[in-house]
Amino acid sequence: MTDVKTLFNNVKESATELGISKFDIYGATIDSNSVQVYQGEAKQIKASSRSSIIVRVWNDEQTMGVTTTTDLNPLGLKMALQTAQEASNFGVKENVPDFSPEASVTMPDQVDQKVPQAPVSELITSLLQAEKDLLESHPAITDVPYNGLSQNDSDRFYLNSEGALRQEARSYASVYLYSKTEEPGKKPRAAGAYKISRSLPELDLKGCVTEAAEKTISHLHYEKIISGKYPVVFSAEAFLGLLGAFSNLFNAQNILDKLSLSTPESLGETIASPLLCVADDPLHPENLGGETFDGEGTPTRKVELIKDGVLTSFLHSAGTAKRMNAQPTGNASIGAKVSVSPHFYHVYPGAKAEQDLSLETAENVILIDELHALHAGVKSLQGSFSLPFDGWIVNRGKKTSIESATVAGDFREVLKSIVYVESEPEITPGGLSPRVWVGELSITGE
Amino acid sequence: MSPTTLLSRQLPSLSYTSTPDRFDETWAAPLSTLLGLGRAAGADLVEFFLERTNYIDCLAEDDAITSITPSLAIGAGVRVFRKQADCYVSTNDLSFSGLKTALEKALSILGLTLPSATSFIPEINLEMFRDYATKKDKDLWLPQASSMSEISQVLLAANDDIQKKATHIQSRRAVYFRDWQEVLVAASDGTFARDIRLTQSVGYSLLCADGDHRSSISKRVGDTSNPSFLGAWDYQEDASEVAESAGKMLYADYVESGTYPVIMSNAFGGVIFHEACGHLLETTQIERQTTPFADKKGEKIAHENLTAWDEGLTDRAFGTLDMDDEGMAVQRTLLIEKGILKNFISDRAGFIRTGHPRTGSGRRSSYAYAAASRMRNTYIAPGEYELDQLFASVDKGIYCKKLGGGSVGATGQFNFAADEAYLIENGKITKPLQGATLIGEAKEIMQKISMSSQDLGLAPGFCGSVSGSIYVTVGQPHIKVDSITVGGR
Repeated sequence: MTDVKTLFNNVKESATELGISKFDIYGATIDSNSVQVYQGEAKQIKASSRSSIIVRVWNDEQTMGVTTTTDLNPLGLKMALQTAQEASNFGVKENVPDFSPEASVTMPDQVDQKVPQAPVSELITSLLQAEKDLLESHPAITDVPYNGLSQNDSDRFYLNSEGALRQEARSYASVYLYSKTEEPGKKPRAAGAYKISRSLPELDLKGCVTEAAEKTISHLHYEKIISGKYPVVFSAEAFLGLLGAFSNLFNAQNILDKLSLSTPESLGETIASPLLCVADDPLHPENLGGETFDGEGTPTRKVELIKDGVLTSFLHSAGTAKRMNAQPTGNASIGAKVSVSPHFYHVYPGAKAEQDLSLETAENVILIDELHALHAGVKSLQGSFSLPFDGWIVNRGKKTSIESATVAGDFREVLKSIVYVESEPEITPGGLSPRVWVGELSITGE
Repeated sequence: MSPTTLLSRQLPSLSYTSTPDRFDETWAAPLSTLLGLGRAAGADLVEFFLERTNYIDCLAEDDAITSITPSLAIGAGVRVFRKQADCYVSTNDLSFSGLKTALEKALSILGLTLPSATSFIPEINLEMFRDYATKKDKDLWLPQASSMSEISQVLLAANDDIQKKATHIQSRRAVYFRDWQEVLVAASDGTFARDIRLTQSVGYSLLCADGDHRSSISKRVGDTSNPSFLGAWDYQEDASEVAESAGKMLYADYVESGTYPVIMSNAFGGVIFHEACGHLLETTQIERQTTPFADKKGEKIAHENLTAWDEGLTDRAFGTLDMDDEGMAVQRTLLIEKGILKNFISDRAGFIRTGHPRTGSGRRSSYAYAAASRMRNTYIAPGEYELDQLFASVDKGIYCKKLGGGSVGATGQFNFAADEAYLIENGKITKPLQGATLIGEAKEIMQKISMSSQDLGLAPGFCGSVSGSIYVTVGQPHIKVDSITVGGR
């Protein structure tokens, strides 16, 4: 990317020519290398160096328009400003987005956590070894059809015409392995694992192989399950996936748009079991992609969302905070309409449970490892879900894989019927959570 | 200087003046030089994909336009094949030096060495420029497309209309997007072709609520070649349909889980074939050995009632193209004929790695992705039955009138959600149902599509896969699936 100060000067020059005095820009550059392998050979290797910005301009009537562009040459920038200026004539006239009041507050030193990228040949060698190790881990594992190893450098910035400027840069590496089994007379089974770290040397490739192998093997001996109501234990990934699908519960913009299960009056209500606490914690040390400022330049922070079952806060942009008499929380992405989203959920136990529960002693419990098709099976505005899953039925510690089944329910009821939140959290790409036990849900098998 | 005498050491001093705001024949010289450089380095095949887009989307909420978002993008991708491996590098820099840097990176990653300073760079003889944009006056499409003012007016009028037709409205939204795309493909096998695409979609999203009862219904229509599409949108008809569906679903009971015979509606009901079979006929799935149909060409894989096509030719359908993203003219590809597997959906890499001939199906979301074998307009052919005969054959079952999205996994298991469903009792529709998810095995379900009516319908859709999100058509007549597992409460 052109350096940010040059970009600012080019935009400023064109803005002056076009009679634009108020603007802001959010931009990002991603440099990435990624590899995939198949049966001992490199299959596809990708590299990219791409930049894009989104520019907002305000006209004389103080309505706002935006344009995004990947053309960062002076002519491309001028075209983007002109287009945004035209769009500003159709901008909203009420609750017009404005600069965040926190875009210029002092923050700790600029974050620069980039590390040198490893050569692509090293990525290929590492992934080939991981594929080999996974294939050798069990005779039934015949294939690793989906795999990938990547490293990324990410630069992002926010600036505005009043002099605000924020920048940060990070590197991270990630790997996923998804293996499949073939056995005579049996259906193919598959499972996978994912790991992320700051750099390739820190990446736990062996751990990823072990986890993918263990999960895949654990599904080798499968049985159908009889449809009915069962106690359910959600893995960290499954619970966080469901929480993410219903994030409109905490989203102030969704609430103002009447596209949420919450209303402005919901704050202070008991929406979950007192055993549950949930926070959005972008700066958590385990969040390797953590951002220190949002798309409006507002510093990010930890926000307690559910405390001992009580809804305690919403996630805000500058605009929603102003309308709801709250503080911005650093969860905004700019656009013609500013959107709000969580960064990194942190689920942890609240009140002490009446008794500790354990898979070693529980009977006929469904352990859901991974939920599928969340994009299709979740009705986020109705609160309901009906989702296929990978998992096991567990009897006194003995896990038997379930051939094919769905779990269905209402998320608000799930939150209220939590009977136990384990103490040991698991790190996932989307957050941190222990396993969460729910009283009873509908399972459809046969 | 003639390209045939070009030496490697002369490359840094070359300068080209290609038309900056249009992909035309002036791009032949720099791309031919770079393709020659790639071949001189030992690549088996080199391909450039250049793209320029002008996108806009608009959202009307209740009685106001709340978002107009234009987006302008340029970019390029270079793909280098060496034996069965390939490397893809993408960049926003379309200058000669920017494209050369991307190419050199791809060559280097594949372990190929740039030719020495005194080596000749061979000339790549590109074919006569195939400019599909000259068809249908495509160069006029962007200036003729709806202005921001017209878009705003239509969406506000549409939202006003649905307010009059629906009850218990909590939120009403009308959405529109226009995606104008100019692409150029040049490859070392001589491919040199340009196209312009204009994809538009408009529709409703309605949320109704009454106490704890809620229903959410959406509908979209789409087009790929009509600049006047938005002005011709019959929003009154769509508003009536969406309002009626939302009203019926507001108080719907939850479906009782179990195994049922199911009748799938025509048009978007075709998502079942898309998910349960279409993806498994893409050569990318053969490459990964994630399809049960890999070695079944010429064999019976479906009920003898079933014939299915994938093509890019139906006028204005959402997956229609003149050429694919590898510069190949699209085709009409017979996938299954009376239950027998006839062809796979193949791209350049699919041909190299599996031997199945290309079908004009190399597609990608943007320059950020290498092309992959993807569906276009995919549908089950009409059958012989009257619709009444399908319903009459069901004692107790489910009618899936409106399906949501779905997915298929590495083991061939698929799932999809029903947004609007009804109970069938003794051949008649009796009451609305919500919360149904249909799951099954692709291999098994294809054998159970036992009846098809004559009312083939097509519907626009968005398909996400290895090369990003693309526009597709799904379609079918009403079909009967003899039994399928329905997840519910």
